[in-house]
Amino acid sequence: MTETPHKRGFNHFKGTAGYIASDELMEAVNCAIALERPLLIKGEPGTGKTLLAKHIAEALGMPMESWHVKSTSKASEGLYVYDTIQRLNDARFGDGDVGDIRAYIKLGPLGRTFKAEERHVLLIDEIDKADMEFPNDLLLELDEMRFTVMETGDEISAKQRPVVIITSNNEKELPDAFLRRCIFHFIDFPDVELMKQIIGVHHPNLDAALLDQVLIKFYWLRGQNELRKKPSTSELIDWISALLRSGVTRSRLEAHIPFLGSLLKNEQDTESLLDYTSKDGSIPRRWEDLGPKFNQ
Amino acid sequence: MFLEFFYALRAEGIPVAIQEWMMLMKALEIGQHASSLMSFYNLSRACLVKSETYFDSFDRVFASVFHGVEGKLSVSDELMQWLENPINFKELTDEQRAALEMLTSDELMRRYLEILEEQTERHDGGGKWIGTGGRSPFGHSGTHPTGIRVGGTSTNRSAMKIAEDRRYRNYRTDVTLDLRQTKVALKRLRRLTRSGPATELDLEETISETCRNGGDIELIFRSEHRNNVRLLLLMDVGGTMDPHFWPVSRLLTALHEEHGLREFRTYYFHNCIYEELYQDAWLFQDSAIPTGDLMRHYDERWKVVLVGDAAMHPYELMGLRGNINPRLESRTRGIDWLRRIDDHFQRAVWINPEPPDYWQRTQTANVIRSIFPMFQLTVDGIEQAVSVLIGARRAAAAG
Repeated sequence: MTETPHKRGFNHFKGTAGYIASDELMEAVNCAIALERPLLIKGEPGTGKTLLAKHIAEALGMPMESWHVKSTSKASEGLYVYDTIQRLNDARFGDGDVGDIRAYIKLGPLGRTFKAEERHVLLIDEIDKADMEFPNDLLLELDEMRFTVMETGDEISAKQRPVVIITSNNEKELPDAFLRRCIFHFIDFPDVELMKQIIGVHHPNLDAALLDQVLIKFYWLRGQNELRKKPSTSELIDWISALLRSGVTRSRLEAHIPFLGSLLKNEQDTESLLDYTSKDGSIPRRWEDLGPKFNQ
Repeated sequence: MFLEFFYALRAEGIPVAIQEWMMLMKALEIGQHASSLMSFYNLSRACLVKSETYFDSFDRVFASVFHGVEGKLSVSDELMQWLENPINFKELTDEQRAALEMLTSDELMRRYLEILEEQTERHDGGGKWIGTGGRSPFGHSGTHPTGIRVGGTSTNRSAMKIAEDRRYRNYRTDVTLDLRQTKVALKRLRRLTRSGPATELDLEETISETCRNGGDIELIFRSEHRNNVRLLLLMDVGGTMDPHFWPVSRLLTALHEEHGLREFRTYYFHNCIYEELYQDAWLFQDSAIPTGDLMRHYDERWKVVLVGDAAMHPYELMGLRGNINPRLESRTRGIDWLRRIDDHFQRAVWINPEPPDYWQRTQTANVIRSIFPMFQLTVDGIEQAVSVLIGARRAAAAG
């Protein structure tokens, strides 16, 4: 017996003080780290997809590099950009050494993590924002963790395979070939218990009875099918901040939902809720009012 | 049992590839600490399933394949340590090694479970078990099933329970429809083409041509990149459509917010299309336009989506005076108008908020289904409808 079993395996990431991760999420993260595969994270907006990478980096003590993908992003920009305009400018106006093409090759986020001595966490944020073909263009680079700079013929290959975290908001379907290479995790909307823990991280001194009222209102709102955009975790946390600053009391919160604007971001949603309350629709005060799902 | 799991997943329609299966095997091999069915559940789902829309199917397969397994998966620490230590394999002869590699993973799993049962029966005989198990294939050749080996001491939730809970039912694409999902489904309604005169400055080409030209500016133009899809939405309102207000309204919102379309027009009708269509949903007479004009106005390249439950009195569809508004006596049967629409436009689909088994029981829906391909108002249905609109030309108007 050369080593104890529990030091082997891949249990590295356990969440951090600022980030509560479910068991499933930790398992997926650790699996991705061990297999050196990209981890694809999906989930409702506001469930902490982007934050995850930051906290993985923090928990593992690795530096982080992020690549925020936009609709105009191209896969090659993540590797490197050949700054032809600068070179042209230098050629015309005589600054700098135009002969050295390497001086005009700027590495992108992917290129920088490959070149780094230390193992990095690389966040590719909102990959679905870019063109349909974007993920396909990265297949080889993410598989083999190397690429060639066409202009100079230099090959850049990863010294340390980075931990790649990719987030998607589901705006586009990702190509199958790309998906097959990823570990996938879908961040569930937190249940009440997990939500309490999450709020505890952000608002540690919240009164328990007040918290209950807050959550009853929140989960009730989320349960309304008429809403076009359901409030998310990050909106809940903002809402609690607003409530605390205004010094709202529990009794007021029982019958009203103040600062509705921080929860509902859609005019029609706000209207339909006001419509509901003005017609004497009742807002729940107790967990029992929310139905059997919350009272097991 | 292991391979059975793989094929059961595929049979359920989850696109699992060998590559992903091998990835799971590797994960099981590396992740030797993984100590419960729960973590096997998490691990296999993360490796094999790449969309939350399949989670529910996955749960059902997992529950049926591993039903009854959970209780058996409990082994002593000693055994676990032994299994985790590949050093034990050193004493194997090459022949034995080869024999082990011949085993299928299915066989491995079966024997593994047998041994587990044996082990729980006589716990103190572990030494012997380990002795004979020297040729145990576990932990070998990429099919190390240790991930499901040990009944977890720290897991409170059981994988079976989770799998049987079917928490992901709402993500099934064949059931629900919310605004965002609708939008995603409609994203496919894009066919980008470059057409028209070359008016747009192609900056990148300009720069690279200029560089190639030794610094003399060379301007390159190209034609604009735009979506060429024009969509005509014809919508049934009122009466039997009222219960479907929310899903239909979401579809409408999603279409309105789909800015990619080159043009998008909506007209309304009640129950069936006759001489006139209406530009507003209240069907006011002053917003009426003749259906014939519609076909003159919009050429055959417009994609037509009809939304309605296709349920009406058969007379409204087949009769000569079918229009239920008595002031608007019809001279042409509703079904003939529908046929004309289908003849005129190259692509037309019917989206029905009612489920398919309901269509079969509705006489008029069956007739309409023989004219237009009919799809249910679900994410899957919309995707299929879009692929009929955009994809390869449909062979016949079969429903």
